[in-house]
Amino acid sequence: MADPTTTEDLGPVTTLATPIRLDFEFTPGVAQSRFLRGLEQGKFMGQRCPTCGKVYVPSRGSCPTDGVPTTEDVALANVGTVTTYCVVNVPFAGQSIEIPYICAQVLLDGANISFMGLIQEIPADQIRMGMRVEAVWVEPDQLTPSLESVRYFRPNGEPDADYETYKEYL
Amino acid sequence: MAERCAVIGVGQTHHKSKRNDVSIAGLVREAAKMALADADLTWTDIDAVVIGKAPDMFEGNMMPELYLAPALGAVGKPMFRVHTAGSVGGSTALVAAHLISSGIHKRVLTVAYEKQSDSDAMWALSVPQPFAAPLLAGAGGYFAPHIRAYMRRSGAPEYIGRMVAVKDRRNAMRNPYAHLHIADIDMKMVEESMMLWDPLRYLEACPSSDGAAAMVLSAEDAVSGHFPPAWVHGMAMRSEPTMFAGRDQVNPRAGRDCSADVYAQAGITDPRRQIDVAEVYVPFSWYEPMWLENLGFCDLGDGWKLTESGATAFDGDIPWNTSGGVLSSNPIGASGMLRFLEVAMQVRGQAGEHQIEGARVALGQAYGGGSQFFSMWVVGSDKP
Repeated sequence: MADPTTTEDLGPVTTLATPIRLDFEFTPGVAQSRFLRGLEQGKFMGQRCPTCGKVYVPSRGSCPTDGVPTTEDVALANVGTVTTYCVVNVPFAGQSIEIPYICAQVLLDGANISFMGLIQEIPADQIRMGMRVEAVWVEPDQLTPSLESVRYFRPNGEPDADYETYKEYL
Repeated sequence: MAERCAVIGVGQTHHKSKRNDVSIAGLVREAAKMALADADLTWTDIDAVVIGKAPDMFEGNMMPELYLAPALGAVGKPMFRVHTAGSVGGSTALVAAHLISSGIHKRVLTVAYEKQSDSDAMWALSVPQPFAAPLLAGAGGYFAPHIRAYMRRSGAPEYIGRMVAVKDRRNAMRNPYAHLHIADIDMKMVEESMMLWDPLRYLEACPSSDGAAAMVLSAEDAVSGHFPPAWVHGMAMRSEPTMFAGRDQVNPRAGRDCSADVYAQAGITDPRRQIDVAEVYVPFSWYEPMWLENLGFCDLGDGWKLTESGATAFDGDIPWNTSGGVLSSNPIGASGMLRFLEVAMQVRGQAGEHQIEGARVALGQAYGGGSQFFSMWVVGSDKP
């Protein structure tokens, strides 16, 4: 029979679930707006550094190496090269894509920095470094100033890029 | 460094997947009390407390250091919180050491922790960002492509990662505080474990741990404790942007610059010969050969050959991760401090079953974020 004057014999409460929900507002600013407006038009917009000449995508307003404003807009190709990748096979809370999926670093033609992209329309075990890919966009009437305008990348059928052409971007 | 700084007390919890027997306050206090006992001091002897952990979003506690002050005897004393992602345990120790070397305080308690069972780090590291597709799957998903790049660049055979996974888990068998004790670990077990982030398998990745680490640092005229002090010979931190054109994510410049700085302070010109033991942040097996190159233990492209030769094994000429490393215990915020703490234990001769005989100079390294934060120290049994 439990002692009514104490709860000690009931033992510790080990864990309590305390869900937290947060919705954030985000102000993209001038440079990133150029990129987002590009997505709305179905194209990738970057910016060139006037000092080192390197092209950043997304547009970011300044060069992190030279510290100068990047004012020249550059429209980039819809195609690029997979520099490296991993195949994600681990489930986690909030995951929005069915596993396994290919998470690749895609270097768009004309850009000097890669970004992360989903590769589809190829079995996960057939992805390769150097594979040439193209962006697949949502229908024109569905385009928004958001990365959701890009559904994924897929192989475009070109021969693989030579390792020498992208090894500096690894 | 104006004033000499010594490590005079170390403490850590038994790291486990769930420490349901203690709250976060209980967890940090456990490590801190052990460090104080090792230094033969009490709470009142401490001038200031410096605490670190990984991002607050992990456990959902905003600025937890505020409520932890009473548990750490910090009421009425200076208390600082340090934030540098996964390297934070190392940076936290360095901020504490700066308070000694600058002559501001005589004895500083430094603590780092993570309670991963209270947290959802995988989710916290994978939240959607406005300018990236929602693809990132935790730290493994971030680092796996860079590991693949290293494999391609160096031509390393794929079994190298498995060798590191086995070696560090065997070292953990010597460490009673390690989270993972896998007695029958071998290459086959690693190879047959689930592929999580191709090319990384389950047993090539760190566990999720609850745990804390603590150290008492002191000025030369305040040294106490049950073991001889570990003297700080050099300390350095560096950072670099996560993304810039031409960034080398396999061999980050911030890591090279950080090691050059700490070696210059400690008078190290040939790390492989002059460093007796090293604890290096290797959360995924392949980071051993990558950091062997980044830290200058060998030429570029040769890191995997050192691992393969057994040089980094417990009986090798440069034992790496004698504690079992991050691959065997990963209370994230504490993981960097555990590296710094293990090398202090080594040069103090208090590492027990994982003691490297005659260790006199040792390197502790931690990294974090997207390989963009680095912190390192070199400690020695002799005064600098």
